[in-house]
Amino acid sequence: MFDQLTDGLSGAISRLVSRGKLTEANIDEGLREVRKALLEADVALPVIKDFIDKVKAKAVGQLQIEGVDPGQQIVKVVNDELVALMGPIDTRIREQGNGPTIIMMVGLQGAGKTTSCGKLAKYLVEKKRRKPVLVAADLQRPAAIDQLKVLGEQLGLPVYSEDPNASKGLTGIFKRGSRAAEVCKNGVKFATQAGCDTVILDTAGRLHIDDDLMKELRDVKERLEPQNIFLVVDAMTGQDAVKSAKEFNDQLAVDGVILTKLDGDARGGAALSIKAVTGKTIKFIGTGEKLDRLEEFHPDRMASRVLGMGDIVSLVEKAKEVVDEKRAERSATRLFEGRWNFEDFLEQLQTVKKLGPLKQVMGMIPGVGQLMKGVDLQGDELKPIEAVITSMTKTERKHPDLLISHRTAGSRRRRIASGAGTTVNEVNALIKQFKVMKKLVGELTRGNKLGQLMTQQGIEDMLPRLPGGRALGKAAGKHLPSKKDKKRAKR
Amino acid sequence: MQDGAVSPQTWLIALVVVGVVVAALAILLLSRRKPARQRITDPHEALRAALGKTRGGLMDGLRRLLGGGLDEDIIDSLEEILLRADIGVTATQRLIGGLKEGYRAGNLKDQAQVLEFLKTGLKEKLGGEAPKLREAPKPPTVVIVAGVNGSGKTTSVAKLTHLLTRGGEKKVLLAACDTFRAAAVEQLATWAGRLGVDIVRGQTGADPAAVAHDACEKALKQGYDYLVIDTAGRLHTDKNLMRELEKIARVGKKHIPDSPHEVLLVLDATTGQNAVRQAKEFLEVLPVSGIILAKLDGTAKGGIVVVIREELGIPVKFVGLGEQPTDMQPFDAGVFVDGLLS
Repeated sequence: MFDQLTDGLSGAISRLVSRGKLTEANIDEGLREVRKALLEADVALPVIKDFIDKVKAKAVGQLQIEGVDPGQQIVKVVNDELVALMGPIDTRIREQGNGPTIIMMVGLQGAGKTTSCGKLAKYLVEKKRRKPVLVAADLQRPAAIDQLKVLGEQLGLPVYSEDPNASKGLTGIFKRGSRAAEVCKNGVKFATQAGCDTVILDTAGRLHIDDDLMKELRDVKERLEPQNIFLVVDAMTGQDAVKSAKEFNDQLAVDGVILTKLDGDARGGAALSIKAVTGKTIKFIGTGEKLDRLEEFHPDRMASRVLGMGDIVSLVEKAKEVVDEKRAERSATRLFEGRWNFEDFLEQLQTVKKLGPLKQVMGMIPGVGQLMKGVDLQGDELKPIEAVITSMTKTERKHPDLLISHRTAGSRRRRIASGAGTTVNEVNALIKQFKVMKKLVGELTRGNKLGQLMTQQGIEDMLPRLPGGRALGKAAGKHLPSKKDKKRAKR
Repeated sequence: MQDGAVSPQTWLIALVVVGVVVAALAILLLSRRKPARQRITDPHEALRAALGKTRGGLMDGLRRLLGGGLDEDIIDSLEEILLRADIGVTATQRLIGGLKEGYRAGNLKDQAQVLEFLKTGLKEKLGGEAPKLREAPKPPTVVIVAGVNGSGKTTSVAKLTHLLTRGGEKKVLLAACDTFRAAAVEQLATWAGRLGVDIVRGQTGADPAAVAHDACEKALKQGYDYLVIDTAGRLHTDKNLMRELEKIARVGKKHIPDSPHEVLLVLDATTGQNAVRQAKEFLEVLPVSGIILAKLDGTAKGGIVVVIREELGIPVKFVGLGEQPTDMQPFDAGVFVDGLLS
C-alpha cells in the first residue's frame, strides 16, 4: 500500500488524461502504458491481453461521444473494466441447514492459511455471531497444529486436533481415505457435540502439482462435503498465480478466494488474475498479522487501489467504527463555523490514531500517499504533536488566540515547549499548522467542496480525479447512508 | 445543524478526511524541518528514474527490424516467456533490447542464435560468485536467515542445517528468533530434534535480540562451528520489525565482531515484482549476501532473481526444491536459465 501503489497505473492513466483528443492511435499508446503498468502489478499476461482488448473495444466505441473529456472517458473505461473483472462483491459464506457449516481452507505453502483460519473465525464470531471450531488438518508442517492451537487460545475458540504421528488404530485400518480426512470427520463430530455451528478446516499447504497431497485434499472434500472451499493466495504472487489458482480450482472447485498480505506494498495484480482465470470471487483480504486484519473484499476499492486512487471508502467505513458520531458532528459544526480550537485538533488526531497505523490510513486517502512519498512514517509521529497540545492549559486550548496574537503568546509558547519537552520552534510550527488548518477549513465552508479547496491551497493531487468525475462527498456518501436519512425515510 | 443539502454523515466524512490531512501536513512540516530525523535516502527513486529511460519503443523497433514472419513471432514469444517467468517488464525489455543490438550487429541470424544469446546473457548475469556459504576465519560462522511471512524461512533453516551437518564433523547451533508467530519456535525445535542439533529458544513474545544474545554466547563458549539464526517473517514495509532485524545483527556483532558472515534472504519463487522491493528493504537493514530461492519445485520460475541480481547484486546461493531437509541445492545458473526459458 501507500506510495508504491500510486506509481504504475496512475502514471499511465494521467498520461492518458492529459491527451487532448481521443483517437485510435493515442488509445493504443495509452493502453501500452496500461499494459506495462499491469505487468508491473503482476497481473498475468493472458489476463492482461483480454483486459486490454476489452478496454480498447469500449474506448474506441466511445470515440464519437462529444462533450466528455476523452481522458476521463478512458480512465472510466479502465476503471470500470477493472471493477467488472474483479467483482462482484460477494462475501457470502454458504451455510448448511442441519449440522455445522464447513469451511475448508486450501492453498500453497506460506500463503497464510493458518493465520487466515484464525482471522476468519474471529470475523465469524464478531460479525456473524457464529460459533466456530478450528480443525487442524495440516499434518505435514511441523508445529502447524500448535500454531492453530495458539490462535484458538487467543480467540477463546475450541481447536480440534489429533496427534499427527499416531497410527490409525485398529478401526482406522479398515477405513478408507487419508488421515487428514479422518481428522476432519472427527472434527465435525466434535463440533456437533460441542454445540458449534461452523467448522474451519486448516489443511496442509501444498504445491498445486503435488499429486499425493492434492489427492488428500480431494479426499477431504469428498468425505466432508464442505459448503465452502476457500483458496488462500498471497497478494505478492507473480505470474504463477494463474497456474496455481487454476489447478486448485480444477481439482477442488473452490468457492472463493482470500487474498493475504495486502498490508505490504505489493500491487496485488494476482487479484485480477485469479478472478479472471477461475471466475471465483475474492471474498476477503488480509491486511496484517493481527487477527482482526481481515476485511471484506470490494472490487471497486481494489481497482482504485491498483489505479492509485486511494481507498477513501474503506477509510470511511473504518471511521464509522471508531468515530463517535455525535461528538464528531459537534466538532464538525464548530469546525465549519470557524470556532475550531486545539481541543478539536487533539480530538481529531486521536480519532485518526484510532483508525489504524497512520501510514495505512494516509495511503487510503487518494493522493496523500503521493504527497507523503519519501516521508518515513514510523507510527509515532503524532506523539510530539499530542505532547505539545496536552501541555497547553485548558483555556489556551479553547482560545488559540492566546497563543497566536495575545501579548503573552511568546511566553506561553515557551512554557508549553518546556512542558512538552521540546523546543519553541516545534511549538511555533504546530501553531502555524493550526492556522493553516483553520484557513483550509474556512475555505471549505465557503466553497463547500473539498476538492476545490485543495486546489485552491495549491496542494496538488490531494484528492482524486475519480472516474466519471464523481465528487468525493458523493462517492463516499453513497456507501454511507446516514442514520438520520434512514430515519427520515421511514417516516 | 440545519436540514440542508449536506447530511451529517458528509460532515463526518469531511471531518475525518480533514483530520487525516491535518496529520499529513503536520508530519510533512515536521519532517521537512528536521531532515536529519530518520531519513533514509531513497535509492529506489534514483534507480527507478534511471530504469525509466530504458523503457519504451524497443519492441516496436525490433518488430520493424525483423519485419514480420517467423522472426517477429520468435521475438514475441521470447518476450512472453520472459514476462511469464516474472522477470518483469523492465528487465525483459532490456533483454529484448540486447537481442536487437545483436541482430543489428549481424551476430544473430536465426532463432537458435537468438535463444543462445539470451541464455548466455542470463547465465552471465546470474553466475559469477560461487554459491558457497561464506565462512568466518574463526568459528562460529554466523548465518542470519530472513524473509517475509510464509516465504519458507524455517524450512530453509532446516535444509541449511542438514547441508552443514552432512559431513558429520561440524557442530551447528540454531537460534529460534521468531518469537512472534504462534508456534514458530516449536516448528524450529521440531526440526532441531529431527536433525539432531542444538537450539537456543526464547518464550513466545520474548525479545528476539535477547535470544540472539544467548545463542551467540553459547556458540562461542561451547565451540560451535555455525550459528544459524532463524528470524520472524516480516513484511518489508513494517519499519519497526525491520529495525528489529538490525538489532539482532547488532547484538551478534557485539559478541562476534565480524558477524553476520552470511545473511540469507529467503524468497518465495512464486513472488512477483514485489520481490525486488523486499530485497531492497532487507538490504537496508541487513548486509544481505545471498538468496535462498524457495519453492522452486512448483511451476513458478522465480525469474525475479535476475532483476535482484542485476539491480542489487545479490546472488542466489541455494534453491529450495521440496519440503524435506535434503531438498536444497546449490544454485546453478545454467540449470536455472534453462528452466526459465523452457
